[in-house]
Amino acid sequence: MNLSWDKSKRRASNTLPHIPLMFFTLIALFPIVLIVINSFKERKAIFRTPYHLPTAETFSFKGYITLFERADFELYFLNSFIVVALSMFFILFLGAMAAFALAEYDFPGNPILGLYLAIGIMIPIRLGTVSILRLVVSLGLINTLTALIMVYIAQGLPMTIFILTQFMKSAPKDLKDAARVDGASEYRIFWLILPLVRPALATVAIFTMVPIWNDLWFPLILANGEKTKTVTLGTQVFLGQFVIDWNAVLSSLTLAMVPILILYLIFSKNLIRNITAGSVK
Amino acid sequence: MRTKLFVFLVLASLVLSACGGTSAPEAPAAEEAPAAEEMEKVTLTIESWRNDDLALWQDVIIPAFNAHYPDIEVIFAPSAPAEYNGILSTKLEGGTAGDLITARPFDNSLLLFEAGYLADVTNLDGMENFGDAARSAWITDDGSAVFAVPMASVIHGFIYNKDAFAELGLETPETVDEFYAVLDAFAADGTYTPLGIGTSDLWEAATMGFQNIGPNYWKGEEGRQGLIAGTEKLTDPQYIAVFDELAKWGPYLASGYEAQTYPDSQNLFTLGQAAIYPAGSWDIGTFNPLVDFEMGAFKPPVVAAGDTCYISDHTDIALAMNAATAHPEEAQTFLTWLASAEFADIYTNNVTGFYSLSNHAVDVADPVAADFLSWRGECESTIRNSYQILSRGEPNLENELWAVSANVINGTQTSEEAAAQLQDGLDSWYTP
Amino acid sequence: MISAKPKKKFPFHIFVFLAPAVIIYSLFMVYPLLDSLRLSFFTELDGKEIFTGFSNYNRLLNDPNWKPRFWGAVKNNSIFFIIHMLVQNPLGLALAALISMKSVKGRDLYRAFFFLPSILSFVIVGFVWQLILSPLWGIGEGIMGFLKLGEYFKPWLGLEGSALIALSLISVWQFIGIPMMLLYAALIGIPDELIEAARIDGANNWKIFWGIKFPIILPTVGMVGILTFVGNFNAFDLIYTTQGALAGPNFSTDLMGTLFYRTFFGQQLQLGNPTMGATVAAMMFLIILVGVLLYMFGWQRRVTTYDL
Repeated sequence: MNLSWDKSKRRASNTLPHIPLMFFTLIALFPIVLIVINSFKERKAIFRTPYHLPTAETFSFKGYITLFERADFELYFLNSFIVVALSMFFILFLGAMAAFALAEYDFPGNPILGLYLAIGIMIPIRLGTVSILRLVVSLGLINTLTALIMVYIAQGLPMTIFILTQFMKSAPKDLKDAARVDGASEYRIFWLILPLVRPALATVAIFTMVPIWNDLWFPLILANGEKTKTVTLGTQVFLGQFVIDWNAVLSSLTLAMVPILILYLIFSKNLIRNITAGSVK
Repeated sequence: MRTKLFVFLVLASLVLSACGGTSAPEAPAAEEAPAAEEMEKVTLTIESWRNDDLALWQDVIIPAFNAHYPDIEVIFAPSAPAEYNGILSTKLEGGTAGDLITARPFDNSLLLFEAGYLADVTNLDGMENFGDAARSAWITDDGSAVFAVPMASVIHGFIYNKDAFAELGLETPETVDEFYAVLDAFAADGTYTPLGIGTSDLWEAATMGFQNIGPNYWKGEEGRQGLIAGTEKLTDPQYIAVFDELAKWGPYLASGYEAQTYPDSQNLFTLGQAAIYPAGSWDIGTFNPLVDFEMGAFKPPVVAAGDTCYISDHTDIALAMNAATAHPEEAQTFLTWLASAEFADIYTNNVTGFYSLSNHAVDVADPVAADFLSWRGECESTIRNSYQILSRGEPNLENELWAVSANVINGTQTSEEAAAQLQDGLDSWYTP
Repeated sequence: MISAKPKKKFPFHIFVFLAPAVIIYSLFMVYPLLDSLRLSFFTELDGKEIFTGFSNYNRLLNDPNWKPRFWGAVKNNSIFFIIHMLVQNPLGLALAALISMKSVKGRDLYRAFFFLPSILSFVIVGFVWQLILSPLWGIGEGIMGFLKLGEYFKPWLGLEGSALIALSLISVWQFIGIPMMLLYAALIGIPDELIEAARIDGANNWKIFWGIKFPIILPTVGMVGILTFVGNFNAFDLIYTTQGALAGPNFSTDLMGTLFYRTFFGQQLQLGNPTMGATVAAMMFLIILVGVLLYMFGWQRRVTTYDL
């Protein structure tokens, strides 16, 4: 494609960047790999040969057994899944609606409302914890997943609305006008536009999903009952209980990492494509 | 079609936002406490910081209780010790705390009682099994109301690796000089880390260090009451001396002890790498299944041979009833059982290193735990000096003590500075 | 510009579109934030909240018990932020620049790897690094020994002088993927023609990057900066999971977030104090607000955005 380049220069620029990149890959992956391989080893081997892969002698499933005997991780996973799925659904759906209204209609107070909704991007919701707790208690939602979901929706909306508004604005006008001429309702037009911002939706999805899955603060404060523990909180509590049992510690760390890693690997290809799609017009 | 679906979704989400309805009908959260009433079995939940005991409660204590009361299901739901107070106060404020609440001694629980969160259990059946000393940590200042059933005390001392001592031909130390002679011997030999303690978790330095060896210097209760009465100050020589001892520990600790956490210390000792472990008796139970060498115990060394010895025999743990429990009768039933000879025996012998505070005579089977207990006969008992009254204000004496004890061992603060910081803090709000 | 003309009556469908989001957002975010602000002007006495004006703020800023803690947290938090700005963002930019080069193969893979740590929870990251840096397990020491640097190994997390720096770098390790991803997206958004034109003029990669690419992505660089600021001054979890709520040793890792948590929830023998907690939260709010305003009026206005 580009013939003006000198070949040797090109070879150098092809291999040189790999040195820092590979070095950094090592740094990024090493801790994760270390935990996973040691979680399958027996206690003494963890301390004596931490860098080795488990061998027939050192292989042990003990940590995972402790984990499933003493903590209800299946339930924690279910809770996390429910919270993340419902929060995501409402964040994307309600966020898209609001963004559509802000982008599409020139009603009085539109800029102010946009600003009002954008404040939340800059101010962490955590600062309102004291009042959120009181609110949740007064609504009778303490120790329910509903409380978590509501807080996460509120937390995720500002960024979602902000980003989606930009994308909605750039949606082709002809499509909307044609639909209006055909007598389509405004709701119908929203449904027509929604698929067009799918890449943006996917991007927003991963950026809002990760903090929700990993949040320790609100589960700790709003839903720390045994029945409503999320994976992150469950792991934290479990680590506290079995902190001296390294088999169990490493197993629980591994188990808490795996689902989100898998989800990420599934989404990552899309994520990249979508971020890029967003910036290239 | 689509419009209808859309309107439906909007309405659904509006309903959700308006009444905060049950957005997650499949969520387990939906079946909350009230539903439990309709069931025949009553469920009691116990809040606790004793997460180390989870298995014992699940496997031994609760089954023993259920042998008498099969209709009361008991769930032991511990959280990590460091977070317990925060989580508990949140749960109490939110009305979601368990029916039974493990109570820390003195002011912490007293404040919860005064705030109306804990029930008065003065007249509970079984309370007659506890003497005044046992009750003293969970009683109002005027002595009119007891708000928790005392469970156990813990004793401080040192646990040591008997095999390591035998290897080097060492005897357990009685005096401070002998103590350092032993440490020097281990340091010279180099096979073992002489002392297994770290300062990363702060409280380890304060509790296993300061409160462990301190009573021999401030003469137990005499010094503790003196601080409360204002006749002694933390800047007095007997307190500086304790910090001076801690300051000497640094060279005998594992390299990197500044980042060594409490679990690290426990691992260090149980993996056989440390010779001596400044302990709370509660560690015995944790260590027993992990060690492949023989453990022994010796009490905090005295300054000169023949001195009266003092030990920290700290009233540590009690069980209170949540004033807002939906099942007060069942909770009282459990508490009464807690005051029985059966529980005293089960608890002392299963939760090794916790000594029942009731008047029932209990034989301790575990040899190391029995050693700790035997010191009660040889020495004067006291409790940790920062717990009663002195940690009521700001700055909080206990918090300060954690920080300065770690600083002194780390060598970042001198004994005099540490003592002055504590006393200044105390003076700023406390008048005897 | 917009097809729907403003009507006299507020159209119902706009209300339908906006109401759910606005209601949830207002109820669970705006109201609690405002209520926290209100609470900071009250003091709890015998179970009742009494209006006491600015006395909580006065206490936080002047009382000898609070003052050093508050300013200590502000200072530590600033250091935490500066380390992120000096290490995380330049490194993120460098990585983004490398993988945005068309000639580099396997960049999808690299990107995925670099982003991986940022999807892990603090609980995991904190614990993993605590284990790695633990002198007991000896992983950190072993690696440094392998590199013939063994004698330089220190229990960094336990030393007053290094704990905060070590934790900042752990946080950088975790989050470097985010600036990288944002900057990467900006970099590959630059039209090829611009770069080709420069190349024909004889510019090398280095010159092209600083002369053409960097000015174009400058707005994104600014955005990364302000996101880092907000994130850092809101940080809590990492310190809490590794050092505990007392942020040891000797409060040397105390950030605004840990101070807030400790004040609000209490410690071992100290009960929590919701109104002082709200006061700390209000100060965090103020700091973040000042930062955001500085960004909006000091930076954003001066930086040219190239419309590509």
